[in-house]
Amino acid sequence: MNLAKGRSMLDVRGLNKVYDGSGRRVEAVRDLTFTVPAGELVCLVGPSGCGKTTLLKCMGGLLAPTGGEVLLEDRKVTGPPPGMAFVFQEYGRSLFPWMRVGENVELPLKQKRLGRERRKELVADALGSVGLADAAGAYPWQLSGGMQQRVAIARALAYEPRVLLMDEPFAAVDAQTRADLEDLVRGLWRERGITILFVTHDIDEAVYLGQRVIVLSASPTVVQEQLKVDLPDDRDQLHTRVAPRFAELRTHVYEQIQAAKRGVPRGEDPV
Amino acid sequence: MKGLNTLLGTAGLAVFLALGEAVPRLGLVKADYFPPTSRIARALGTELADGAFWSALGDTLTGWAVGLAVAVGAGVAAGVVVSVVPHLRQATASTVEFLRPIPSVALIPLAILLYGTELRSVLLLVVYAAFWQVLIQVMYGVQDVDPVAEETARSYGLGAWARVRHVLWPTALPYVMTGVRLAAAVALILTITAELVIGAPGLGQQIAIAQASQAVPDMYALIVVTGLLGLVINVGARSVERRALAWHQSVRGEVAV
Repeated sequence: MNLAKGRSMLDVRGLNKVYDGSGRRVEAVRDLTFTVPAGELVCLVGPSGCGKTTLLKCMGGLLAPTGGEVLLEDRKVTGPPPGMAFVFQEYGRSLFPWMRVGENVELPLKQKRLGRERRKELVADALGSVGLADAAGAYPWQLSGGMQQRVAIARALAYEPRVLLMDEPFAAVDAQTRADLEDLVRGLWRERGITILFVTHDIDEAVYLGQRVIVLSASPTVVQEQLKVDLPDDRDQLHTRVAPRFAELRTHVYEQIQAAKRGVPRGEDPV
Repeated sequence: MKGLNTLLGTAGLAVFLALGEAVPRLGLVKADYFPPTSRIARALGTELADGAFWSALGDTLTGWAVGLAVAVGAGVAAGVVVSVVPHLRQATASTVEFLRPIPSVALIPLAILLYGTELRSVLLLVVYAAFWQVLIQVMYGVQDVDPVAEETARSYGLGAWARVRHVLWPTALPYVMTGVRLAAAVALILTITAELVIGAPGLGQQIAIAQASQAVPDMYALIVVTGLLGLVINVGARSVERRALAWHQSVRGEVAV
């Protein structure tokens, strides 16, 4: 995995998305260009309604961009690529209630035409990684919200993606569960070397999780600022969040988002 | 609570049967046309010992089952195709809305012209009536697919057929089950109607014969049998539904998390 480090995994070039429906033309994303190197954990933040989900869906091949392109390992994304997995905010709707937890995790692997043994191995490993080794036989609706989102993460992990796209995955869980899940994502990222693109509207979460934070402007969206998070790699909820540097970074991101809302282009006060 | 309900249900039925016994015996209605419960029960006993009754029951069940199976198969297939193929739903909506309200019994003359008193006459009426029940439910069910579930399936590379199988079908299944339950009831009504009016072999025909030969208690006994048949069909359909939809909110109830 380290061999791939530094090479660009995801390239977003001049991405533009216009929704043209029933006489109303909405430019959700104006012009986005950024690169995510292999193995990086990048957080995207922006004011609400700034087209974060649109961007992510274009990257995941679920929506066709109006202009520009997305490249995954130098290949243009035209549909959902096999090397990419998606974790949605609405875990309750993203997991299939008619399948048990294990079947939910296994379904994408069947589509990949993996053998039964290999599938079993991957499902057990993924559920183990998220701390739900013994939940395979339960139905998703028998689990708490946080556990359901863990299942969705396990499903993504078992798919063995090189890139993991996460769309505000913890927006609907309580604060304590959220902290646990944040640490889980950082742990899995460090352990597995997956490239992660994490969309959130929560500034603290973005700074706590990311190696880099990309601040988006209000809609129509452009990149407001890219910020390297120079916090140590070993982070924990207790100490990282009270570190002076953490406070500086979050203040800076906060100011950028406020500026984005007012429509001021790019930051004037570099950190 | 459940025991009490059973007790009340049994008591209610007993009172009903007792009234059925008492009212004709007290001369409040003519016993010739409204025989007391005990005489109907005796007639039922005679019927049950008669081979003709069992072959009529077999004919009715065959008409019902084959008609229902054809209607469900065709309704599910047509519903899925109409909903999945773009624009087909809009193109067929007006035709469906025109054909659906036509009462199946209005097709009786056509059935007689085409097939006489054969089983196929019964099937024509049963299939026509039951098909719409299934089709409409399937079309609603397919509409109900959650966009997030659909996007999840797409993002994990599920192709069109896999999405029909793993997302669309399970989503539509509760609706399909409702459609099948309604269709099962309608199919029984139409089977009996066709036999009664067309004279195709079955319980309906036996009822007509009993009426024509003034065997009033036998006629009632046969009517009771059709009622019991409807009851059994409904209970059966509900239990199949509960089994197939164990995961669904309507069946699983509240789960403690």
